[in-house]
Amino acid sequence: MADTLDIAWATDWVKACAAVVAEHRMELIDLDRAIGDGDHGENLDRGFKAVLVKLEAAEPATVGDVLKLVATTLMSTVGGAAGPLYGTAFLRAAKTADGATIDAAGVADLLAAGVEGIVARGKAEVGDKTMVDAWAPAVEAARAAAEAGKTATEALRAAATAARTGAETTDPLVARKGRASYLGERAIGHRDPGAESSAMLLEAAADVAEGGG
Amino acid sequence: MTASTGLVLVSHSAQLAAGAVEVAAQMAPDVLVRAAGGTGDGRIGTSYDLVEQAVTGLLDEGASAVVVLTDLGSATLTAESVLEALDDERVVLADAPFVEGAVAAAVAAQSGGDAAAVRAAALTAIAAFTPAVPATAAEGATATGTSDAAVAAPSDAAVTAPWGAQDGAVRRTMVLRNRLGLHARPAAMLARKAADFDAEILMNGVDASSVLAIMGLGLTGGAELTFEASGPQADKALEVIAADVEAGFGEE
Repeated sequence: MADTLDIAWATDWVKACAAVVAEHRMELIDLDRAIGDGDHGENLDRGFKAVLVKLEAAEPATVGDVLKLVATTLMSTVGGAAGPLYGTAFLRAAKTADGATIDAAGVADLLAAGVEGIVARGKAEVGDKTMVDAWAPAVEAARAAAEAGKTATEALRAAATAARTGAETTDPLVARKGRASYLGERAIGHRDPGAESSAMLLEAAADVAEGGG
Repeated sequence: MTASTGLVLVSHSAQLAAGAVEVAAQMAPDVLVRAAGGTGDGRIGTSYDLVEQAVTGLLDEGASAVVVLTDLGSATLTAESVLEALDDERVVLADAPFVEGAVAAAVAAQSGGDAAAVRAAALTAIAAFTPAVPATAAEGATATGTSDAAVAAPSDAAVTAPWGAQDGAVRRTMVLRNRLGLHARPAAMLARKAADFDAEILMNGVDASSVLAIMGLGLTGGAELTFEASGPQADKALEVIAADVEAGFGEE
């Protein structure tokens, strides 16, 4: 278990993201069909497949370079709201990761910059039944882990666990942003697809850091 | 007169974007209006690349500014992402009703409006809806956070003229000859003429330079048009407009 994360982690994480999204494509589509327009799984799968192609051809030097490549590719290929939302998150996160390695505080900074990007783009708050409900607690958990002197990997695991719990908290909520907000109380009982995919991506980050990706 | 502010219309649908461009261009023949609809590979959605290409293409073609209008959801988020990346103060987003905003923006651009004026014209298009929206529906939309525009909706004063009839105003009453009424094309023509003169012109109590206000009157063929103009060019303006009305705005 590494104390810090490097570019090998970043590239493996991106590959793991592509794998987990492909594996759970139908699950995300079904969640989005229930309360959205049904394209979340398909769009993310297409986006991350395009990222893999770009990653093959690129020679990124830093974690930031990898994340920036993810950002621009997702923005160009996703086609739904997840494109600019995840794209902005990865872009802002990339700006925090221009060094060779990332420690636990760096993990918290990276995730914090990501959620700031999502909020800047989507104008959502915690409780709106969006991906922010997964990301916000993840940032807090990573920050707490860093302040407690944990490793970068431990901070990521704490973030992933908090994101999973956060995604589950969207189930009983009425949506206040996005297509689901038109449904009112009919959205109750359905998990937000963006929160679910966010939890998946952060879990993939922790899995890879622990060497199980 | 130059029409150097261009428009980019971003929709989830390539056909919707192209159609909105068609409608806007008819009202404003000299304005550069570009569509950025769909994903670029034939799906419903929005494409960062298409929006970016449309915006930078207009600037390359000589537009002094670009106002971007979007339909909903990811179209707005994508456009905001493009604007953030471009970081160019000449490019602004107008969070306005898509079709009505595009028409109002195009007419403002045709009249030589800069980015701020064109954007403001697009934003006032929301006022065309507010009288028809029941208060309860508007509150509901606000409570669920889906309609920031409703919160920001200007009052009716944005569409009806702010100055009102004045003493010393020139008045003229005519009959609308256009069999099909004062529809989009003649309304745009009238609005452009009204904006051209150094005069404040009311038609049936609304600002004659606002195409949406004019169209909102729903005037049909044979309707009575009452013009009131004040300002240095009031006489000349009404003379020119009267000639257009007499000529059926070039129709028939």
